[in-house]
Amino acid sequence: MLQIKPVLAALKRHKAGTVLIGLQIALTLAIVCNALFLIQQKVTHLSRTTGIVESDLLTVGSEWTNASGVEVGSLVRTDLQTLRQLPGVADVGVSYGYPLRGGGWNDGVSTKPDAKQSAALAWRFFVDDHVLSVLGAKLIAGRNFRPDEIRVVDSHNLVTPAQLIITKALADKVYPNQSALGKPLYIAAATSPSTIIGIIDHLQGGSASSWSDAISDYVVLEPKLLTDKSNAYLVRAQPGQLSAITKVVRTALFKTNRMRIIPDGEGEGAGVRSFAQVREQAYKSDRGMAIIMSVICAVLLIITAAGIVGLTSFWVSQRRKQIGVRRALGATRGDILSYFLAENFLISLGGVLAGIVLALGMSLWLVMHFETQRLSLPYVLVGVLLLLLLGQAATLAPALRASRVSPVEATRST
Amino acid sequence: MFAYYFELGLRSLRRNPVLTGLMIVTIAFGVAASMTMYSVFRAVSNNPIPQKSSQLYAVQIDNFGPQNNQNSEPPDELDYIDAMALLRAHKAPRQTALYPVKLSVISDDASQFPIRPTTYAISNNAFPMFDIPFLYGGGWGAEDDENRASVVVIGRTLNDRLFHGANSVGREINLSGHNYRIAGVMDSWDPKPLFFDLASNGGFADAIQLFIPMSRAVDLQLITAGGTDCGAQNYGTGWDAFLRSSCSWVIYWAELPSKADADAYRQYLRDYAAAQQRAGRYGWAPNVRLRDVSQWLDYEHAVPPESKLSLYLSLGFLVICLVNTVGLLLAKFMRRASDIGVRRALGASRRTVYAQFLIEGATIGLAGGVLGLLLTGVGVWSVGLIFDAQIARLATLDFSLVALTLGVAVLATVLAAFYPTWRAAQIAPAWQLKSN
Repeated sequence: MLQIKPVLAALKRHKAGTVLIGLQIALTLAIVCNALFLIQQKVTHLSRTTGIVESDLLTVGSEWTNASGVEVGSLVRTDLQTLRQLPGVADVGVSYGYPLRGGGWNDGVSTKPDAKQSAALAWRFFVDDHVLSVLGAKLIAGRNFRPDEIRVVDSHNLVTPAQLIITKALADKVYPNQSALGKPLYIAAATSPSTIIGIIDHLQGGSASSWSDAISDYVVLEPKLLTDKSNAYLVRAQPGQLSAITKVVRTALFKTNRMRIIPDGEGEGAGVRSFAQVREQAYKSDRGMAIIMSVICAVLLIITAAGIVGLTSFWVSQRRKQIGVRRALGATRGDILSYFLAENFLISLGGVLAGIVLALGMSLWLVMHFETQRLSLPYVLVGVLLLLLLGQAATLAPALRASRVSPVEATRST
Repeated sequence: MFAYYFELGLRSLRRNPVLTGLMIVTIAFGVAASMTMYSVFRAVSNNPIPQKSSQLYAVQIDNFGPQNNQNSEPPDELDYIDAMALLRAHKAPRQTALYPVKLSVISDDASQFPIRPTTYAISNNAFPMFDIPFLYGGGWGAEDDENRASVVVIGRTLNDRLFHGANSVGREINLSGHNYRIAGVMDSWDPKPLFFDLASNGGFADAIQLFIPMSRAVDLQLITAGGTDCGAQNYGTGWDAFLRSSCSWVIYWAELPSKADADAYRQYLRDYAAAQQRAGRYGWAPNVRLRDVSQWLDYEHAVPPESKLSLYLSLGFLVICLVNTVGLLLAKFMRRASDIGVRRALGASRRTVYAQFLIEGATIGLAGGVLGLLLTGVGVWSVGLIFDAQIARLATLDFSLVALTLGVAVLATVLAAFYPTWRAAQIAPAWQLKSN
């Protein structure tokens, strides 16, 4: 078996190096397992589904410069006709609010009038009768809005709608253990109820930010066209036609009416965005953090390994004579190899033990300052294994070199 | 002597190329990662109005009540009733109610598409309050606020675009179908983050190009382009009902030159809220806040948590790189134990050994810094992959960042070299000579 005692005795003579490697392993473990944990959380966050068919979908934000009120209703109808006549367009709807849009409108909903405490906070999407089918959201109970149910109003005259469609998650929240279909719902402290006429399987709210995680699946669709808000035309393209439509849509709309704003650019405020771009922008910071942390983890592991290789090589070269003596006294190559591996294992063990404490402390600090979740133990275990293996792998090359030291070295003077 | 040691340092870099290379790369990565993240952090944690940040205050009054508040904090904005009451009372030397609006500039030329610059509705006090510089003309007068006049102050960029940079004061422009008289043209003015409105656009949007009187905006029933929070109330329908409601949407700032002024104003706000409670408008005790610019930026989390987290992460990374460097330097220096022994035996003092090895450390640090600078360049260039474009364009590799990168690299390496140098200086001359 391994000779632990001589290893420990030798380490006492290299206190500084031992402590440095141990410290480095401890710090690396603390950062790597916290980073892995955060990466996993970000990946979970950004792999949530929207509940819609995301391919071949285009969002076109267009706002009127001068028009207001009822006038907007007829202008939008003209736009919808224009868009539906574009080659490659399957269908078009108009909406204020869609999944991952980047902000929007939320309000409390409740099952009783004048409730002091609302039952849930939910996203309000104001849609026409085409939006559900354009998005490809799945209606699991009830029906869609009819064209005659869509009201044209401005945001300060939001009369309570007679009909609502809500997501299953919200239905289960406000009416647990019973069907919500046909039941009343009061939006934003309304005095009169709206009737739930349809339930959709799943639809994600208007933001991917973490503040909205709790209400991410709670969406209420209202049959309205808001005349003073930034509406978007949701364009369902025929397969493969998306880029062709993207090229002509702006020109086509300006040709119909130039008194409008369709913002340029590619960012969140851009007027014309494919849904792939919408998703990319919504999750930019999540994905960015995951990338930063992965890169830092990888470089960190490489640097730690390189540090171990460097110091172990130095120790090997310092001890060539002693290795020669041991070899001359009958130690096999395997003995020398296992000696150095054991030495590294002991240092690494000390390092990871300190590292576990550091990692948990760091996680606690992250929870306090960044409202992250507590580090779960499997990540610590993975980190520990990773670093122990890394230590052994990094020691292997210098240790092999040590094992090739010839017994003749014992007779040399340096 | 310095030059000689520096030369020795350079020569020693070539001696153990692998070990030295490893150190340089380690330092370069550590420095580059932290400097890249620092460049972002520096941009987002900028003080947008340093000369006045302790004199400008955001005003908050609780109009929702303890039941509808989060952490018993009043909403960020005031309702219209409170904002107008505070404006009329005029208890601060200068104050302004304001809110972001959407207005489009309509050109007479039919071939030009309308454009929509960043626009705020304010009161005339805001111009001197926020130190807004003027190229031509100036802000509108108090009587324009009073008369709900159609006046406008436009930004330099917009003036260049519409009037080719000429003095346009007194001319008219059409904004969303209404004509406005230009009272002044601002010089370049772009506080980042936009401290008085972080909520509606994150504080890093395009520079403001239009200001109109808030009284005019309210007459035109222009809704806020920022947030409206009505809590749990149903105010009915119509613009007037909205103005009478306790929906929070009006941003309110006051200029209070001294601490005594701020204390007096805080007391005034408490008294105002108490009067509202007595009048039956509020069913709760006064709950007001007065925060200066830096407190406000803190409270609003102007620095995105991602930026803070990645800065800390990269600093932790730098620390590990330094620990690594200490170990490698130790190995490098101790390999030359016999050299040191000879030098010491020939009369070199410990002090000279210190000087030589610290300078050698600095040489490695400098090499690491130069490589780190290249990597920082790559890092700053790719910040846009991770952060919003609006923030990314503020992160730049300017002269101060270059100096900082090199400085941090050299300083950190010298710091890391202290322990190995101390060990080297401890080498006893006699023992080394004997063992050889």
